[in-house]
Amino acid sequence: MSIFDIFTNQLLNGIVLGSFYALVALGYTMVFGVVKLLNFAHGELYMVGGFAGFLVLSFLAPYLGPGWLGVAVSMVLAMIAVGFLGVVIERVAYAPMLSAPRLSILITALAVSLVLQNGMLTLTKGQYVPFGAALGFGGIKLGNLFISYNQMILVGVAAVLMLALELFVSRTQYGRAMRAVSVDKDMARLMGINVNAVIGITFFVGSALAAAAGSMAGAYYGSLWYFMGFLIGLKAFTAAVIGGIGSIPGAMLGGLILGLLESFGTQLPGVGSEWKDVFSFSVLILVLVFKPTGLLGKPEQERM
Amino acid sequence: MAQFPERPSAWGGLATLLDTPQKRYAAIAVILVAMAVAPYVFGSYGTVILTNALLYVLLALGLNIVVGYAGLLDLGFAAFFAVGAYTVGITTLHFGLNFWLALPLAILLAIIAGIVIGAPTLRLRSDYLAIVTLGFGEIVRITARNLRETGGASGLIGIDSPWLFGWHIRTPLDFYYVFCVLAILGVIASVRLANSRLGRAWLYVRHDEDAAEAMGINRVKVKLAAYIVGAIYGSIGGAFFAANLGAISPESFSFRQSVLILMAVILGGMGKIPGVILGAFIVILAPELLRDFGDLRLLIFAVGLLLIMLFRPSGIWPARSKSR
Amino acid sequence: MSLLELKGVTLSFAGSKVLDGVDFSVPAGHIVSLIGPNGAGKTSLFNCITGFYKPQQGSIQLAGTEMLKLKPHQVTQLGIARTFQNVRLFREMTVLENVMSGQHSRTRAGVIDAILRLPSQRREEAEIRQVAEECLSFVGIIEGWEREATTLPYGWQRRVEIARALATKPRLLLLDEPAAGLTSGEKEELIDLIRRIRNERDVCILLIEHDTGLVMRLSERISVLDHGVMIAEGTPKEIQSNQRVIEAYLGVEEDALDL
Repeated sequence: MSIFDIFTNQLLNGIVLGSFYALVALGYTMVFGVVKLLNFAHGELYMVGGFAGFLVLSFLAPYLGPGWLGVAVSMVLAMIAVGFLGVVIERVAYAPMLSAPRLSILITALAVSLVLQNGMLTLTKGQYVPFGAALGFGGIKLGNLFISYNQMILVGVAAVLMLALELFVSRTQYGRAMRAVSVDKDMARLMGINVNAVIGITFFVGSALAAAAGSMAGAYYGSLWYFMGFLIGLKAFTAAVIGGIGSIPGAMLGGLILGLLESFGTQLPGVGSEWKDVFSFSVLILVLVFKPTGLLGKPEQERM
Repeated sequence: MAQFPERPSAWGGLATLLDTPQKRYAAIAVILVAMAVAPYVFGSYGTVILTNALLYVLLALGLNIVVGYAGLLDLGFAAFFAVGAYTVGITTLHFGLNFWLALPLAILLAIIAGIVIGAPTLRLRSDYLAIVTLGFGEIVRITARNLRETGGASGLIGIDSPWLFGWHIRTPLDFYYVFCVLAILGVIASVRLANSRLGRAWLYVRHDEDAAEAMGINRVKVKLAAYIVGAIYGSIGGAFFAANLGAISPESFSFRQSVLILMAVILGGMGKIPGVILGAFIVILAPELLRDFGDLRLLIFAVGLLLIMLFRPSGIWPARSKSR
Repeated sequence: MSLLELKGVTLSFAGSKVLDGVDFSVPAGHIVSLIGPNGAGKTSLFNCITGFYKPQQGSIQLAGTEMLKLKPHQVTQLGIARTFQNVRLFREMTVLENVMSGQHSRTRAGVIDAILRLPSQRREEAEIRQVAEECLSFVGIIEGWEREATTLPYGWQRRVEIARALATKPRLLLLDEPAAGLTSGEKEELIDLIRRIRNERDVCILLIEHDTGLVMRLSERISVLDHGVMIAEGTPKEIQSNQRVIEAYLGVEEDALDL
């Protein structure tokens, strides 16, 4: 393979990976924007979304088949289910804590994430679970580059979801309310916005996007694991920070950048794929040192 | 004047229960005797478990300084534990260094790692520290797994046990007593820090950063100090852990390890030394009692942690005694 | 000669000017008041002086030392202490511990000193305690030192906050609405306390206050801020008859200067 082929291949890999990161990073950044909470459980919602998709698919496969149709319907149902799970988590665990010290909320978020993780560990006995989709291996060849239909669909679906979110936030009444709450919660309340409803919708949408990513990852990579949310949660946070935490376009951009950085970074001499994660966490630390507001983030508000 | 409520102290109510020096000396004597005879009561398996619990007491005391005193969430504490263990493992195995020379080196490396991670992060919102430390924990574990010097995924074996003034510390019973001493020293250092200028500064910064700064306290420096003291505890724990087992592998330093240490701190009651000790014992002894539950026990812990946060954020240990 | 000297201090938030070219000074040994209608930028000016806000332009000097780039803790170290508009004592800590915080920047003991309880550390601890006790006694709080500070009556909390500021050994003390929420008896005690701080401890005072009666009795100089601009400066007498000041107050609120 020529240098050019390696380049195009890694570009494709980076975009696929980046789509997953971006979808998960969106939820992270939305929740942070609205309630200023680092929702540690967010990566776990991606994992639960994967398993929910698997569960739905195993019921639907006899009727719709294990192809893209079955996967698509499973994904949508998983998104709805996990969206509600996100709302329940917010109501039960976070809402009572929002006036508590920061440390308590962070630990609560961690506890929620551990409950989901270890709950799934108990259910699956720590085994990998095959997703059960059969998506075929077709694709098109551009020179030496092979792009599978799966990759195209996946990136396409991610792009459509992100576009839909962008429209939702910028054009609808809920989106405007969401932005108002993220700027100033008390002021929004005074202006008659139902802040609790906005927070609920934010958790629903963010969790649903994570579930979409989880279902697609399950279908694309073929198997699920109770611990799969841990790493992607960290990566998505990194992506959100690169783009500027709290910024929705930033999360998309950050996800893509991190995906590309990883796929090209592992081609560097001395950075094999075994160092991939170390590479991206180092990126996280460097971004926090040199540009903590990220690429599209607003500077931290003045204190006091 | 009405009865003044006493403020919650590091001793969490014990101070009012043991209000005279006589009572305090008596309590200390009882604890020391209990520690000395425990191995003969609980047998050799019990001794190993107790040693492990004491290791956790040490680690939890260290993390308590970061979380309980300074109010910073550290999710990668096992990284410092790993730094201590691997420094001792590598330097004694590959360079033939004496354990007692490797120990200060381990502490030094933990301090350097603490500064590299803490200095940039602690300037930012305090939640960033949580996630950066999570990433750091993974970096250390993955590095240990990928390097030749650290023995890769299988880790290092054959780490020599140390000598101390002609005493070869080698049997499980020897190590039990070593960890007793470490835990006691850990408690003494924690108490003294809590009642010092720096210990108070941790609380000031934790309760109100702006007011603390207005009082002339450099919040970044003070937080960094807490983070580094925690790192030192962790690396000392790791160094003796390596010497005790003679073998270490990357999976001893995973995220789960960090979480267990954190649970010890929170379950018992952050900031309160008896609470932290209780928490460490719960985390180590409960799995022994819940052995039949298998994987379920981690879930039980996780649910317990969530319930504690929602209903009793100050932990199991009472904040103060009700009557005076 | 002035102890504190501000020149052309300009501060904007998101494009809107909160302070616009403020010139201001506190002469050594004086009690100076900063007054002005709500939203005039008084607390913002305090925050600039103490390093919490970074003005985009201007110069702030304490006895000739430029402080514009300094962080809050460095400003305190140089000799400026402050209280907050809404009392901000450290929760879950005793009165004494609260006041001991003031000594942090004047002492040195670190981790090793504390763990080994070195003699120098023990001496320092005793010193910190002694300073805190002296400051508490000075503001008239002679009991309840072991009580949790935030459980004290409000008027006491205000005095604990002043004691805490005094414990930093300041040359200049900034009081942000020290009389707010006090009874008239407590206000008399406050006037007395502020005078004693200046006379007996040789500390310059700069205060923001809405109680104009108190301001007129206490201050030796008054500066008036309106919409981020310094509109007048002078003795209480001069300010009382200043046309711009009267307009500024009449234009904004009903309860104009009660002169």
